[in-house]
Amino acid sequence: MSLEFKKVRSTLVVRVSGEMDMLIADKMRAEIDKRIDDRNIKNLVLNLEKVTFMDSSGLGVVIGRYKRITAKQGRMFIVGARPQVEKILFFSGVNRLVPLYKSEQEVINI
Amino acid sequence: MNVRNYVRFEFFSIPENIAFARSCVGAFASQLDCTLEDVEEIKLVVSEAVSNCIIHGYENNPTQMITVIVSIDDHGVLEIVVEDRGRGIEDLPRAMEATYSSDPTRMGLGFTFMKSFTDDMQVDTAPGKGTTVRLRRSFLKNEEALA
Repeated sequence: MSLEFKKVRSTLVVRVSGEMDMLIADKMRAEIDKRIDDRNIKNLVLNLEKVTFMDSSGLGVVIGRYKRITAKQGRMFIVGARPQVEKILFFSGVNRLVPLYKSEQEVINI
Repeated sequence: MNVRNYVRFEFFSIPENIAFARSCVGAFASQLDCTLEDVEEIKLVVSEAVSNCIIHGYENNPTQMITVIVSIDDHGVLEIVVEDRGRGIEDLPRAMEATYSSDPTRMGLGFTFMKSFTDDMQVDTAPGKGTTVRLRRSFLKNEEALA
């Protein structure tokens, strides 16, 4: 798993590669949280284009970040989820909390 | 019913082995006539079952052993058995509730995923003795369609 971070004004874009399971959950949580705790960051875009697998531990990371960003009145978006990851997001109802978009560009244009 | 193929493996209860276990079972399942989507679902249920052993069964004790047994019978039924000899589940009906988790960082959807992406799930557990999860999924239709 690897994470790439980009800041666009008050939005943190996190590009995730690899498999989101229990092995990476703690590291991912810690790496993202130390950046969203920055008071200049308001919104979070999670780019899952390169995520090849997600289970409930991975979902826990997503929902935890959603809670953290909404606690500071920010918004969260997911972009580029592959069909197998999208299925998990829909099945768990996470898509009702965090809107899904095709690309980062689409979110930036909102 | 005859067993057509059978694999059994054991490994330490560490998170590094979750991907190993799901990949092995996914590769084993792919000898059935299943789609890539089916294989992804099989990998998901194995990931959930093995994660449960590590987190709940052994409470992250890395020196314990998890056993995975996979078999295919001559009716195209895949059976996956995941077992630990950990602390067991005190309140099984509650543990099976969607969104219940004793760990606040997890979604509590492990059993829900296992149940939803298989045809049959049986959980055998006893406090202090461990937990065995038996999952079955039939690929009969796929096999018959090709026959």
